[in-house]
Amino acid sequence: MKKQNNQDNNGAFKSRSQWASIWMRLKKNRMAMVGMFLLIAMILIAVFADLIADYDTLAIGQDQSIRMQGPSGDHWFGTDQFGRDVLARIIHGSRISLSMSIIAMSIAVAIGAIIGAIAGYYGGTVDNILMRIMDILLAIPPMLMSISIVAALGQSMVNLLIALAIAYIPVFARVIRSSILSIKDQEFIEAARSCGSSNKRIIFKHIVPNAIGPIIVQATLAMGATILIIASLSFMGLGVKPPEPEWGTMLYEGRDFLKQAPYLVLFPGGAITLAVISLNLLGDGLRDALDPRLRN
Amino acid sequence: METPVLEVKHLKKYFKTPAGQLHAVDDVNFTIEKGHTLGVVGESGCGKTTLGRTILRLLEPTSGEIYFNGEDITKAKKDRMKAIRRQMQLIFQDPYASLNPRMSVAEIIKEPMIVNKMYPTKAELDKRVQELMEVVGLAPRLMNTYPHEMDGGRRQRVGIARALATNPEFIVCDEPVSALDVSIQAQILNLMMDLQEEKQLSYLFITHDLSVVKHISTEIAVMYLGQCVEKAPTAELFENPLHPYTKALLSAIPAIDITQRGKEMELLTGEVHSPVNPVNYCRFHSRCKFACEACKEHEYELKEVSPGHFCACPMCGSLE
Amino acid sequence: MSNKLLEIKNISAEYRTDDGVSKVLNDVTLSLGNGETLGLVGETGAGKTTTALAIMGLLPKRTGFITNGSIEFAEEGNLLEKNEEIMKAIRGHRISMIFQDPMTSLNPVIRVGEQIKESFKVHMPDLSDEDMEKKVDEILEMVGIPAARKREYPHQFSGGMKQRVVIAMALSCEPQLLIADEPTTALDVTIQAQVLHMMDNLKKKLNTSMILITHDLGIVSQNCEKVAVMYAGSIIESGTAEEIFLNEDHHPYTIGLFGSIPDLKKQTRRLSPIDGLMPDPMDLPSGCVFHPRCPKCMEICKNEVPESVSMGGEHQIKCHLFKEVE
Repeated sequence: MKKQNNQDNNGAFKSRSQWASIWMRLKKNRMAMVGMFLLIAMILIAVFADLIADYDTLAIGQDQSIRMQGPSGDHWFGTDQFGRDVLARIIHGSRISLSMSIIAMSIAVAIGAIIGAIAGYYGGTVDNILMRIMDILLAIPPMLMSISIVAALGQSMVNLLIALAIAYIPVFARVIRSSILSIKDQEFIEAARSCGSSNKRIIFKHIVPNAIGPIIVQATLAMGATILIIASLSFMGLGVKPPEPEWGTMLYEGRDFLKQAPYLVLFPGGAITLAVISLNLLGDGLRDALDPRLRN
Repeated sequence: METPVLEVKHLKKYFKTPAGQLHAVDDVNFTIEKGHTLGVVGESGCGKTTLGRTILRLLEPTSGEIYFNGEDITKAKKDRMKAIRRQMQLIFQDPYASLNPRMSVAEIIKEPMIVNKMYPTKAELDKRVQELMEVVGLAPRLMNTYPHEMDGGRRQRVGIARALATNPEFIVCDEPVSALDVSIQAQILNLMMDLQEEKQLSYLFITHDLSVVKHISTEIAVMYLGQCVEKAPTAELFENPLHPYTKALLSAIPAIDITQRGKEMELLTGEVHSPVNPVNYCRFHSRCKFACEACKEHEYELKEVSPGHFCACPMCGSLE
Repeated sequence: MSNKLLEIKNISAEYRTDDGVSKVLNDVTLSLGNGETLGLVGETGAGKTTTALAIMGLLPKRTGFITNGSIEFAEEGNLLEKNEEIMKAIRGHRISMIFQDPMTSLNPVIRVGEQIKESFKVHMPDLSDEDMEKKVDEILEMVGIPAARKREYPHQFSGGMKQRVVIAMALSCEPQLLIADEPTTALDVTIQAQVLHMMDNLKKKLNTSMILITHDLGIVSQNCEKVAVMYAGSIIESGTAEEIFLNEDHHPYTIGLFGSIPDLKKQTRRLSPIDGLMPDPMDLPSGCVFHPRCPKCMEICKNEVPESVSMGGEHQIKCHLFKEVE
């Protein structure tokens, strides 16, 4: 007899946990796996950046003798106007760009989801107060918001993180609140309540997993945008200070030499694009994997 | 006599609406003995679903008492209520909306047992899930399937297994078979009756389908706009309906018997009174063909006409 | 016979999707005379609605295909050979359809009267505006709604009233054939009784033929002259209502269907439903489609598709248990 895939050696059936089945579904999605591979590769590069290219000599060390050289065997991505190796700068830049945007978005999603979930689930006055605060924050564009927060708190990495997170919290709170409103009146929530589940369990076990889809898509898209916001802030002198490498800053600097040395824009731009695409692929795949109805 | 499993006294549930008080459940009384089924029949908007939810305190009653095994649960504190809820479960009408689409069958059935911390290990939980699935007639290989991959009948079996998970004594069944095809409906009804016999369950069976309610109930209460207008043992109600609304309801069911074709039906006319700020006399007045001015002088009262047979028609007995 | 209005012969249809081919109709043959009502009975997925859509020419364009058979309608001939222009003129004018859910069949932002008028504008463009208004009033009165309410919006009507409006729209051009797909399933019993009663009267008055799709055998027994029982895309038994409800011999599925309904007259402790489920139309069993669930399954049933056997009169059964009566 053919054994069912969820049967153990004694023939007893075992239930699979929620996370295990999500992982199983994600594994089947080739594009998501490509996205995940790329992302992991980029994260690894960021982690081991010092081993790949020396920070002091290559990434920030200036060498006027090799200014503005095109891609070659010695410098795969060429060198910039100060003779710094572009590849090394991109590798080291990924530390800031990637980690900042991922951490900032994680904070924003976590806090936004909690605020949105509470507002949507309890409704009434709680909802009104929370959402009016969110509306006020939402009225200010993320960019402007970040600028004013960094300007107020002072320039530092931590403050930049806080600024980005705060700027995006209302976006996520809104999205999750609206999906919760459509879910909380469904009968399976009532079923959970009738077997004695606490509010906390209902929110996090029953409502949030059903509301997470749009959030993930929104978050992966927003991560791309944050990389660009970091760049803009750096450009205005509020983000990363030169000579520290950062993708957005490199893009802005390379802009001046677009005609003579297009690769100065091309490579950092490519890095940003690659990061955003892999995040989007993974995000799409995650959304589908989280929803068993889309399984094929 | 044994304490009844459930006794409901003067239960009221009003909702606030911009137009005034909506009397969804208005002064309902009944008892359910162990192993018995009370059928609650009525048309959409008569408050039967609200009644079921209020009894389980998923909605807080406006006033009245609910005695479960002799204990007034309307006064129970949060922790006590959680313990009581293990004994009182709910089966839903819609087998699509009532199961969390993100959870597998095993997870859905496990949920009440996890919430109530009934089994310490995963292996014991899994074993119990398998037992329950067998009881309701689901193959154990379906454990890791998701609700959307199953048909309505199987989904409803999952819903029943979930309700049985905590070994309840009393189950509110809110139109459990209305969304199913007749042959599946019959399978589920058989299952529910077998379970009742086996486990001495008591049911409050809410439905709009008179033939189903006749089949499964020991006693029937007919509801109209939040009030119980007639209550009697099943056979008695069908043989000797007294309230004009019950009569109209019975007459409106298309008979399977072709020889009854063309028989005169008692068609109801008139508009339904609004349940918002309802009239204080008989609420069926506007559609009743026997309605007269005298009806308006009587307030609602459920009178015992013959032993066990209650009727709220003010003119009851004098109509023919 | 000369008064045949609709003659469906050996229709087979399938839905082609990425997952495979769904055989939704298999060799369906039906006929309907002028003024007759045919009850099409069966469970979800039996192909009742697909049959209706095939008649209307409304099968989904990219996925639905009719692979065989013909649909002869009145003097029009085979509807399957008509182009979209002609079908548009026939739909709503000569064949109308009512859907199950009255709530979604009406546009919530257009006044009820305007919605009824719409079909006159399409099918009788020569009528003057006053004539149209007059006809709207007439038709509303006919379905039991005061003409004054035509200025109201759908949300101001109750469920039963909305279904009346939908019926009024369907009957506005006095079609020869009305297809009603579960017209009362969403309604309460007392309202259902009113609506069915009204439909019956209107049908007699206008001499409309009707195909009544339902899963409720009670409705069929009270309202239909002819009955066809569908299972997995096939008509497994058909005949006059008397034959289906009174004759001794039946298809095992029909027996199971009757056994599933709690009888209001008799008190039985257990119902005797059919075990198992309707087969997947993508993977129909060989031979008789019902054989895996049939309590009387024989060897022949597993391999050979049964032919329709005439049981005398109009009574036909598709089952190997029966032999032609001479």
